[in-house]
Amino acid sequence: MFKIIHAEFLAPGIKRFVIEAPRIARKQKPGQFVILRIYEEGERIPVTIENSDPERGTINIVVQSAGKTTHLLNSLNTGDQILDVVGPLGKPSEIRNYGTAVVVGGGVGTAMAYPTAAALKRAGNRVLSIVGARNKELVILEREMRDVSDALMITTDDGSYADKGFVTDKLRQLIDNGTRIDLVIAIGPIVMMKAIAELTRKENIHTVVSLNPIMIDGTGMCGGCRVLIDGKSEFACVDGPEFDAHRVDFAVLVQRNSMYRDAEQRSLSEFHRCKTEAATQEPEHAVAIAPTVRQGDQR
Amino acid sequence: MSTTAKKSQNPLPMKERMKVPRQLMPEQPAEVRAHNFEEVNLGYDTDLAQQEAMRCLECAKPTCTDNCPVGVDVKAFVERIVIGDFLGAAAKIRESNVLPAVTGRVCPQEDQCEGTCLLSKKVKPLGIGYLERFVADYEQRMGTHILPNVTPTGKKVAVVGSGPSGLTVAGDLIQKGHKVRVFEALHEVGGVLVYGIPEFRLPKQIVREQIEYMRQMGVKFETDVVVGRTITIDELLEEEGYDAVYIGTGAGLPQFMNIPGEHFNGVYSANEFLTRINLMKAYKFPVYDEPMLDLKGRDVAVIGGGNTALDAIRSALRLGARKAYVIYRRSDAEMPARAEEVHHARQEGIDFQMLTAPVEFVSDGKGWLTAARCVRMELGEPDASGRRRPVPMQGSEFDLPLSVAVIAIGTSANPIVQSTTPGLGTNKRGYIQASEETQRTTRKGVFAGGDIVTGSATVILAMGAGRRAAKSIHEYLTTGEW
Repeated sequence: MFKIIHAEFLAPGIKRFVIEAPRIARKQKPGQFVILRIYEEGERIPVTIENSDPERGTINIVVQSAGKTTHLLNSLNTGDQILDVVGPLGKPSEIRNYGTAVVVGGGVGTAMAYPTAAALKRAGNRVLSIVGARNKELVILEREMRDVSDALMITTDDGSYADKGFVTDKLRQLIDNGTRIDLVIAIGPIVMMKAIAELTRKENIHTVVSLNPIMIDGTGMCGGCRVLIDGKSEFACVDGPEFDAHRVDFAVLVQRNSMYRDAEQRSLSEFHRCKTEAATQEPEHAVAIAPTVRQGDQR
Repeated sequence: MSTTAKKSQNPLPMKERMKVPRQLMPEQPAEVRAHNFEEVNLGYDTDLAQQEAMRCLECAKPTCTDNCPVGVDVKAFVERIVIGDFLGAAAKIRESNVLPAVTGRVCPQEDQCEGTCLLSKKVKPLGIGYLERFVADYEQRMGTHILPNVTPTGKKVAVVGSGPSGLTVAGDLIQKGHKVRVFEALHEVGGVLVYGIPEFRLPKQIVREQIEYMRQMGVKFETDVVVGRTITIDELLEEEGYDAVYIGTGAGLPQFMNIPGEHFNGVYSANEFLTRINLMKAYKFPVYDEPMLDLKGRDVAVIGGGNTALDAIRSALRLGARKAYVIYRRSDAEMPARAEEVHHARQEGIDFQMLTAPVEFVSDGKGWLTAARCVRMELGEPDASGRRRPVPMQGSEFDLPLSVAVIAIGTSANPIVQSTTPGLGTNKRGYIQASEETQRTTRKGVFAGGDIVTGSATVILAMGAGRRAAKSIHEYLTTGEW
């Protein structure tokens, strides 16, 4: 069991947890992730590590509510326990002095981009960061990103904060202004990473993206997280999660991530229904924990 | 081991023993079990077991033991069954096999103990696997294990991986008085026994009970630790104070065929398919959260001819598949699966497409699998494995309509431990180099065995490596000599 030391919302639907996981805290490097399982009947999902404190033996994870498991996770609070947390998984980001590095974080991807930006800064790079979000409320880790960047640019899709537009607009500007860029690292929604890759391919700028395919064990055993890299299957959990953006087949990633959409929606709607029922019946226990979602053996 | 001079306890005269037929294993009827995940074989009762045990010819030089990778004293345990000392029989097996309830179910006995049984020259061999299973289950039901008395040595051993070889090392070394801690990457202990082999062939409760017994003996288990990531081999030795480490990380990365369309939705590796079903209980969705594609009324094929392939396709059948195919590029004779599994699979209605290989997967244009484009093969000259090489037949291409294809053609080495352990020698395929005799690696104090050394093999071969490793770890810990 892994204890939640602290939990707070960074934005609507995006929560940061400080979790007691001393072994992981000692080893975590930027670019790596954990896989967790909340309770016995739960699924295993990969989750971003935002930071870790080896002395305290804690890791910070940042989670955005999307499906049932992330909704359930985000209903947990300080003092609650998570059944399994395993990691750190994946290869760490390749940190060295590239010269000028542009770090792009889209939405909750910013949480994964942050430790990489910090490490690139420590390695002597000039770090230019671009953070994008749908709207003002969803901009996360602004202060943290500013602290580790030589410059921070923010965009919101609706213009409710900073500049209206997309992260690619900012990157385009940097390129058009003649900024010398030695590395772009982009972490966020697939569409964003794909757009960044297309932009930098033309400019011949080395670009790295962090991929988020469906995953089970995270140790290379199942092969579920295979991604097409230059037409060849590679496993995001052991060969990645970071890959050369110009070699990634994003269309296949989108297609494979849609594999369980029906099941995911079913899980989520049943979870919400239970939550609503629980809320109407027992207002003092507004959050139904998932084990109450029992529809009998469907086998 | 009993001496040859000892008088037989078997009341049946020698010449009568060949006349008793091999006792049939009671099993669920094929048409019933094809729709459930309950165990296929139901097990002998005491009468059947004793009847079968009396068939043993009590050879002066038993080849069954010689052919057992862990060297179970078959003659001795069978003799105890004859006289009704079932717990004694179990204790006898446990001297050399810490997982009898598992091996009694999943060993390829026909290639090992039963393969050279003297009876098989005239009639069917002694049902050694069935008898082993019987005594292990009997012991489990009685709930009385005879816990061995041990003197602590003060030495600590870390075992990486809780599959059959790791469990064997742990079980053997704890009985030598060493402290043993087993690290497991997944959330459940048992390795391939829990994520790979399905319930209908090896009930998870059986595995849990065997592991519980090891806990009672003092073995410690720590889940959610990926050695190489969460902690390294060097940190185990230097910082956590382990005197020796055994690496039994098992079958590694699933292999794909590198044919077009392997990334389509609906194409699984056998590891993923079986892990979703066995470990994550995806077949109980939505009670369990892990999803899998609905197989009801769908056509499913597995590619490959090993036990893993049969486990996958028989699982698909139980999940409601309309057609369930095995696509295998060689013929029956070359199939590596256990004979009993092939027999059971045929009874259940699995359609074997032999001498057939897919060359491409076909989709609906939106990324979902609709068919496997296959060619028929004929057997040519023997290849490096000694088996006749399958050669594609001109113009034999055809499309087999499918919703789900499961690729079960083997695995390649998982690099995580090797790449994070300086000085640990590997072969050119990336597997860890270890002495066949002592399981020693190129690193002092580090031993390895099972699939991470040999490539994909069987539960019992991994256990055999575990046995040899435990013996040589004990020697190393006692003498300090490398």
